[in-house]
Amino acid sequence: MTGVPTFTKRQVSISAAVLVLLALYPLAVRGSFPMHLMIMVFMFAMLGVAWNIMGGYAGMFSFGQAAFFGIGAYTSSFLLTAYHVNPWIGLLAGGVVAALAAALIGIPCSNLRGHYFAIASIAFAEIVRIHFNNWKLIGAAEGLTIPMQDESLRSFMFHSSKAPYYYIMLGFLILSLGVCSWVATSRMGFYLRAIKESHDVAKVLGIDVVRYRMAAIMISAFLTAMAGTFYAQYILYLDPESVLILPISVQIVLVAMLGGAGSVMGPVIGAAILLPISEVTRVKLGFKGSGLDMIIYGTLIMLISVYQPQGVWGLLQKIGRKNK
Amino acid sequence: MADQLLQQIVNSLLIGSVYALVAIGLTLIWGVMNVLNFAHGDFLMVGMFIAFWCYTLFKMDPIFSIPVCAAVLFLLGLGIYRFIISKVMKGPGLAQLVVTFGISIFLANLAVMLWTPDFRLIEKPLLSGTWSLGSVQLSIPKFAASVGSVVVSAGVLLFLKKTRTGKAILAVEMNRDAALLMGINTERINSLSFGLGSALVGIAGAFLSMYYYIHPQVGGLFGLISFCIVALGGFGSIEGAFIAGILIGLVQTLGGYFFDPAYKYALVFLVYLITVWIRPQGLMG
Repeated sequence: MTGVPTFTKRQVSISAAVLVLLALYPLAVRGSFPMHLMIMVFMFAMLGVAWNIMGGYAGMFSFGQAAFFGIGAYTSSFLLTAYHVNPWIGLLAGGVVAALAAALIGIPCSNLRGHYFAIASIAFAEIVRIHFNNWKLIGAAEGLTIPMQDESLRSFMFHSSKAPYYYIMLGFLILSLGVCSWVATSRMGFYLRAIKESHDVAKVLGIDVVRYRMAAIMISAFLTAMAGTFYAQYILYLDPESVLILPISVQIVLVAMLGGAGSVMGPVIGAAILLPISEVTRVKLGFKGSGLDMIIYGTLIMLISVYQPQGVWGLLQKIGRKNK
Repeated sequence: MADQLLQQIVNSLLIGSVYALVAIGLTLIWGVMNVLNFAHGDFLMVGMFIAFWCYTLFKMDPIFSIPVCAAVLFLLGLGIYRFIISKVMKGPGLAQLVVTFGISIFLANLAVMLWTPDFRLIEKPLLSGTWSLGSVQLSIPKFAASVGSVVVSAGVLLFLKKTRTGKAILAVEMNRDAALLMGINTERINSLSFGLGSALVGIAGAFLSMYYYIHPQVGGLFGLISFCIVALGGFGSIEGAFIAGILIGLVQTLGGYFFDPAYKYALVFLVYLITVWIRPQGLMG
């Protein structure tokens, strides 16, 4: 069975070793860029894992994840600036709001497949972006600035070091991996894969297609919104053009595809490969505004689609099997 | 009030027919090979820039650079199909969606690098000014672009229905395997439709360059709107795309007028979502 995690002793020991290395990473590096880079890797890995639940397993290729990401970021930030609500509570509230928005969009999309679903997800995200750009209550196009607070875990804000953000995001990533592998191995995971293979056959077999698709979208939206709140607390400023835009949605899909859509660990591998390339080219080449960094990024997307469309995870598994 | 409403309806028909032409190019590609080209809007941008440079460097008015735009875009489409799209056709569906995003990002930023992100305008096109028809103001370049789009769209339909090659394209759209068995070279039809679809959007670019601002990101919005039009019109349906194009023009212009201009594109997307909810296969699908 592809995608279902079956843990061997070897896998457990490899995972433990990787975790120890990741935990020690902040102690080993100097400067803020290596920390920022890893935080972005974890965040996009989490976003890719969340996408995978609906895209990889259920075959709903969402190109509108930025909407959920932005809703999460905006919900917690708005609650914090307007009502002084603790961002951790805002995090949960953002997840709930995003899941409700997902249900709202899930209804008209419940019968859409393939390209139609992809376009609908973009249309939805664009509506959210346009609306947030004009919504005075949440700062419209000017956005929101997170008020400064003393650094503490409770206030979800740290000034002296990026390390706490690093560990929080790593925790979030592990949590979403847990959710994803639970979905993958549960009854729901099998139903979702059946729906992906054939909508009609799944229906005939008695699977409540709409209900399971809806559940997948809502779980995915909740996790994506959590990452959104994290991002707002990390950057401390947000506006519609920094969290609600199509390029974010595309990057999420790309992370999942490059790693391997429909496998639990795939998006982690995808983020670990893609983010360093895109962040480094952006820092090294992007400042001139010449577009060169984005030309490289576009070329990379084309190369991945042509040469590695099945994802790196599949490739690694193949190599692993040969070595056994 | 009635005058203003009439003016708005005229405006929506003017933009709607150009939308239709852009969308017909997209639907041709989508219908024949089931590929959704996210770079379609960027092809439009390339067409507009070609018209702009023909005007700036050779004093060639957009009306006369239409064939140049069509030819260059035809070759661009052919090349992109041959070297990129055809390679992902056998792969997973997701890769076919994602690859065109890569092309889109590449083209838009190549334009930034070559020509800077500045907004440009063709300042004195041959067709300019307005006609006053009673209370309605008719912009001449917009009218010309609109009439031109209708003529080209009709031409495409005639080509598809009346010529051997056109019929072959429609046959592949209906059933690829059956068409192959009938001796149609489907690979040739693929590249031809990709080239043709791109040429159509190139022509639309030349039309738009007569009155629209030209910049590297101009394609993004047109691209998104044309996806909605195509999906609204129904999978691969030329007539559907035309009707949906006009419809979207109406929604955008009247919605902006009666509701709030800032939300005119949001309304377009909302109408799309509501329509596919009721009719997932689109209007004519």
